[in-house]
Amino acid sequence: MRHDNPAPSKGTPLLEVSELQTTFDLSKKLSIQAVDGVSFKVHAGETLAIVGESGSGKSVTSLSIMGLLPKDIGRVSAGSIKLDGREITQLSDNEMREIRGKEIGMIFQEPMTSLNPVHTIGQQIAEMIIRHQNLSKANARARAIEMLELVGISEPATRVDNYPHEMSGGMRQRAMIAMALACEPRILIADEPTTALDVTIQAQMLELMQDLQDKLGMAIIFITHDLGVVAEVADRVVVMYGGQVVETASVEDIFRNPRMPYTAGLMNSIPRLGSSISKKRLEAIPGTVPALTSLPDGCRFHPRCAHATSVCTTDLPVLEEAGDDHMIRCARWRELSLNERQAS
Amino acid sequence: MTIPLLQVENLRKYFPIHGGVLQRVVNNVKAVDGVSFDINAGEVVGLVGESGSGKTTVGRTILRLEDATDGAVRFGGTDVISLGASDMRAYRKRMQIIFQDPYASLNPREKVRDILVHPLKLHRIGHPSEHEDRAAALLEKVGLSRDHLDRFPHEFSGGQRQRIGIARALAVEPEFIVADEPVSALDVSIQAQVINLLEDLKSELDLTMLFIAHDLGVVEHICDRVIVMYLGRVMEIASASDLYARPNHPYTKALLSAVPIPEPGKRRKRVMLKGDIPSPINPPSGCVFRTRCPMATDECAKVVPELKSVGKGHTSACIHTT
Repeated sequence: MRHDNPAPSKGTPLLEVSELQTTFDLSKKLSIQAVDGVSFKVHAGETLAIVGESGSGKSVTSLSIMGLLPKDIGRVSAGSIKLDGREITQLSDNEMREIRGKEIGMIFQEPMTSLNPVHTIGQQIAEMIIRHQNLSKANARARAIEMLELVGISEPATRVDNYPHEMSGGMRQRAMIAMALACEPRILIADEPTTALDVTIQAQMLELMQDLQDKLGMAIIFITHDLGVVAEVADRVVVMYGGQVVETASVEDIFRNPRMPYTAGLMNSIPRLGSSISKKRLEAIPGTVPALTSLPDGCRFHPRCAHATSVCTTDLPVLEEAGDDHMIRCARWRELSLNERQAS
Repeated sequence: MTIPLLQVENLRKYFPIHGGVLQRVVNNVKAVDGVSFDINAGEVVGLVGESGSGKTTVGRTILRLEDATDGAVRFGGTDVISLGASDMRAYRKRMQIIFQDPYASLNPREKVRDILVHPLKLHRIGHPSEHEDRAAALLEKVGLSRDHLDRFPHEFSGGQRQRIGIARALAVEPEFIVADEPVSALDVSIQAQVINLLEDLKSELDLTMLFIAHDLGVVEHICDRVIVMYLGRVMEIASASDLYARPNHPYTKALLSAVPIPEPGKRRKRVMLKGDIPSPINPPSGCVFRTRCPMATDECAKVVPELKSVGKGHTSACIHTT
């Protein structure tokens, strides 16, 4: 998350995803690459935002890291995922179970469907603590209460015995965070954690996650489509489209100087609250998000791109380094000058 | 001054809770509790608030998709709440709705042609021989084409479905439309397309609209005036520019300050609200916002604050602000 102190020290990344390819076998004949050659790194204490629309592959990327792809149809078909230098794509179910929760925690979008309705919050948090930390039942319960307190739930000693349905949406999301953090994972993956929440509760959640990151020093991968949230929490941003990374840069760079037309289009298509330009007509991106079963040839964004030329329709551009840790997947990035957003 | 097209007066909608062996009414969910506002012809008015604030129920009750518990909804001077079923039908033609979920609000077994022709048949608009041309014209108006008439909803993307939903609402040439979160189910890059379409239609057809949304950026962009609701009551009403530049009510201030700014390094000074919205079954006494309000005093528990004028066309329901 955003700190006033300088960027976290580089070195070996905590998580390194390289050329990740995730394949879904929809039928005997039809396979799709939901994630197609995605690479990024996350360091300790850093927040990486993955931005994309439905079908961009952002959630599948996180499920691939967690080893939670639907069995039988989904698999990591190429590439590597290294946790602190250790390859985790080839691990067995048992080995992955040791990593989930303990090394990597995850928060899902819908707390109602990702909490078990027939167990109390306390049981669900304690279950994980007992599994990973070998504590007794009583100690695990005490730890669960401690975690609920940490995430700002009032009367945690009572709330620990609540079932999910007895809690409000904001409280459930806090309980989810408590569960994800109970074993102090080094990486937290948050998949649209605030999308289903009201802005006032969202503000509480973002502040909470920021506090906890300061306290525990974990890395956060924050998956979202809300650019306002990205600007607030991220250190680095990965923009995905059609299963691929199309641009990645520091948060300042990507907002001030988006170089890939899709990123620039997204920035211009959102109404900005309280800005004088907001009465201007929005610059909509034409067309629709492509289905992974019918991706266009060449650049996957070209049918919607105002800058597309003939080369864009045939050749898939590679992700190129444009200096300053800024990577761009666009055949024309050198010649295009997309409007640099003025700080208003 | 002309009469507003729509006048909502002291509207209440309670949903009864049944309990006990005899299933008596033991309590009420006070979804809408004494809401009043006007909408002038040609105006787009935003209705914002957190989930549970009653904004959707207001929209549905105005259209009589829910029966009001109390209050009046005058449309062109006539109270539609008291109309019988047959009289209401004439008003249904004049008031339409665009739903939030473009996946759930279109019948999956009907072709687009039927979806658009049904309202024409129902309200006996035009000769049946013209219906197909009218349907095609509607599709063109919302950025689709005649070729789409014979397709089913599943053949369209979310954004295109929402366009069909808009075309259906426009089919009977209504004077007033309730748009209930029309873009919140859409992808970010598609939202702008639909917002632009609604703006074009607004200026082209001189539509009057109640625009229900929780995205304050979208509301500021498209609306002339904004109504802020909390727990079934109106907290503040102002022109869109006034509300964002000079919010008066502590709730409005908190709500606006919570919206993240899409610009790194910048952040509004937050008024952090504690906890969640209380249950509408047992709302706090006095001002319903007082349990989360940073300015609340003992006085707030005693009186229900009235909407009072705090500027030109700007009203706010708080005893502590001027």
